[in-house]
Amino acid sequence: MKLFRIRGGVHPEYRKELASEKAIVAMPLPRLLRVPLQQHVGAPAEPVVAIGDTVGKGQLIARAQGAVSAPVHAPTSGAVVDIANLTAPHPSGLPQRTIVIESDGRDAWAELPPPIEDPLSASPREIARRVGECGIVGLGGATFPAAVKLDLRSRHELDILVMNGAECEPYLTCDDRLMRERAPEIIDGVRIMAHALGVDRVIIAIESNKPQALESMTRAAAGVANLSVIGIPTRYPMGSERHLVQALTGRETPARQLTADIGVVVHNVGTAHAVHQAVRYGRPLISRVVTVSGHGVCEPGNVEVPLGTMVSELIAFRGGLTEEAPRLLTGGPMMGQPLPSLDVPVIKGTSGILALTKEETRIQPAQACIRCGSCVSACPVGLVPVDMVALVRKDNLDEAAAAGVMDCISCGSCAYICPAHIPLVQYFNYAKGRLNAIQRDEQKRDRVKRLVEARAARMAKLAEAKRAAMAARKAAAAPPKPDPDSPPAAAQ
Amino acid sequence: MQEYLLLLVATAVVNNVVLVKFLGLCPFMGTSNKVDTAIGMGMATTFVLTLSAVLAWAIESFLLVPFELAFLRTLTFILVIAAVVQFTEMAVRRISPVLYQTLGIFLPLITTNCAVLGVALLNVQEGHTFVESMLYGFGSALGFSVILVVFAGLRERLALAEVPAAFAGAPIGFVTAGLLSLAFMGFAGMSAG
Amino acid sequence: MLTAVGSLAMLGVTFGTLLGIASRYLRVDENPLEAELEALLPGSQCGQCGFAGCKQAASALAAGQAKPTLCPPGGRALAAALAERLGVSVDLSDTEELEPEVAFVNEDICIGCMRCLQDCSSDALVGGPKQIHTVITDICHGCGKCAKVCPTEAIEMRPVPITLANWHWHKPDPRQYMN
Repeated sequence: MKLFRIRGGVHPEYRKELASEKAIVAMPLPRLLRVPLQQHVGAPAEPVVAIGDTVGKGQLIARAQGAVSAPVHAPTSGAVVDIANLTAPHPSGLPQRTIVIESDGRDAWAELPPPIEDPLSASPREIARRVGECGIVGLGGATFPAAVKLDLRSRHELDILVMNGAECEPYLTCDDRLMRERAPEIIDGVRIMAHALGVDRVIIAIESNKPQALESMTRAAAGVANLSVIGIPTRYPMGSERHLVQALTGRETPARQLTADIGVVVHNVGTAHAVHQAVRYGRPLISRVVTVSGHGVCEPGNVEVPLGTMVSELIAFRGGLTEEAPRLLTGGPMMGQPLPSLDVPVIKGTSGILALTKEETRIQPAQACIRCGSCVSACPVGLVPVDMVALVRKDNLDEAAAAGVMDCISCGSCAYICPAHIPLVQYFNYAKGRLNAIQRDEQKRDRVKRLVEARAARMAKLAEAKRAAMAARKAAAAPPKPDPDSPPAAAQ
Repeated sequence: MQEYLLLLVATAVVNNVVLVKFLGLCPFMGTSNKVDTAIGMGMATTFVLTLSAVLAWAIESFLLVPFELAFLRTLTFILVIAAVVQFTEMAVRRISPVLYQTLGIFLPLITTNCAVLGVALLNVQEGHTFVESMLYGFGSALGFSVILVVFAGLRERLALAEVPAAFAGAPIGFVTAGLLSLAFMGFAGMSAG
Repeated sequence: MLTAVGSLAMLGVTFGTLLGIASRYLRVDENPLEAELEALLPGSQCGQCGFAGCKQAASALAAGQAKPTLCPPGGRALAAALAERLGVSVDLSDTEELEPEVAFVNEDICIGCMRCLQDCSSDALVGGPKQIHTVITDICHGCGKCAKVCPTEAIEMRPVPITLANWHWHKPDPRQYMN
């Protein structure tokens, strides 16, 4: 199959050998599970259980709110002991609403929805509804509700489903192991999703640094019509959906639009596995494979973790940390977020937990920009980081926006390649955050203005009504005026 | 025809009014902070320079020379320039209020732009004909505008760079202008003009 | 001598006449300055500028009776925009960038008297007689009028709470990184 070149990109070391040969092991059930209500893009879920309730494994504990949201399910059977604000696995360290479940050790399934018989002839709506009910979100890390993405056929002309098996981030191997060990299940999930989307073709893209996964998936996909397993060149950020689509089809997604607008939908292979579980067995998303890696962990590996397990317990399961205060990240080293501490839960989007030593991170002090332009060559979106960072540094955010900083995908290629070690992507994350905050403020100002005007109009109307009522009352209460022509009414 | 073209190029590039003759430095430094302002200023100055060069030539040829009033030259030239600038101000205010606001005080200051008076007087000194005067005025203005815009672009970039506090703003601007001038001195001797 | 004076006078009169004619054809109608200034202001009628409302503040600004730094909720950005429109220079170094605030009702102290509801210009306070009042922070613009009129001092102004929804990265500190 003809492949196309993508713009820019970098070649970090893979460092996957730490965990790539470690088969997936199941994490023993912890005593307490802390399940946050927002593990997805969109509105947080609302709890449907109260403190003291008993729940079964896979039981619905929080309902989705609105069109873009996802429900949350109990990872194991037990009792709800608390609904509290606990530290989120987010660099800010801010709290979020979390349901705390104490496991009863039995790990007994609750009543699950029945498997969908013959999903390849079921209606797409039914499949999408089941995927939504089971709380499935994009497991590549974006955590976008998968049901909404499956529904894209109603608004777009779709012809290709691309399964993202690229896993371009260094250290991470969860998708790799999943493809090596559970290929038939993934292929089944892919076929179900393809049917739900109504696409003609499916392409499963796997980076060339995963030959075993390529072989395993090709074997599992043998004989399936219109489904091809393709090896793609290893280059970061090949896993970015726009770049994957461009590499496979040559079509470039316009800025601020979806890949669906050019007829392609991209899903992660982990998501396909979860869809298989949901449709064939009625099991909701209550666990996921997490890569624990980095030289800061004693035993790197890939673990199937129940959602809500604390990162501290996961690391203890893998032998603990090798040194004091390594750099803790959730996700990969390029786009992953620093963790505030180990006392945060594993959530649907946690593809990896990394503990990196000082040698691995090699943070160096920044120097002056020498305008070498390496960042421009590296940017996969085609932006000019050297100009944008000069504008952001001088707080000229409007001009930075005009230069395209809002289209930055925060992949970190520019910061990776910069010979002066300037924290480029960090400046752009700040600029994007600040510009979004300014926009939110403007929207609030408009809202407030409208409300103030509406209230003023309402008050004016009320005052007018009061005046009219008072005038009417006065007219009714006043004695009738004597008519000068007719004789005065005779006193009775 | 060829000598007209040569005159135009010589005036615009070789004997650039700002970088070689060092005239008109006040608006050059004052309006070169932003490229948009510089473009507006360049267009206004072009209009003023060309028109006043032509009118000055006309007054010189039809009033001052026949009536032997050469001693009134400076006075009448200033009068012409002031009137043209007044007219330009009114026109800019009508056509583009935004540009009017942006240029601010520098629009009426075109009157005191020594480049305008200088070009008018040089026309007399060189004994140019009508067409030559017009081309001389237009060429000078073209050179002024181009250099103004180039310099504005440079200054916009300089504003983003890490300039030492003592040099920030006008000082580094003058240093840059000096370097630009050095570069343009390289054209010297290229034409007979 | 006479020719000199005469020719100068003639030149002056000619140019003056031409300019006079030009000024009539190129006349510019006065911009509705007040309306433009009012559009720049937040429009929440909070009264922190000392004027009754944003319209009155705009009139004062247009008449030159108020400084561009009069609007605290607008911050430095608004002061700069107003100054640019008015064509005046403004020293922004001493204007504090006020932390945006929202009202908070302490439910233990609130007696449900409804006095704060009557003053809120954007209907951000909700409640009924003898019932606990609360603030819709999404539309509270932090003018502080409710805090002033509350008879039991149950309302205090607090900085807008930072949540996962509105948190963003801080600007990298060059000193932290630079050698």
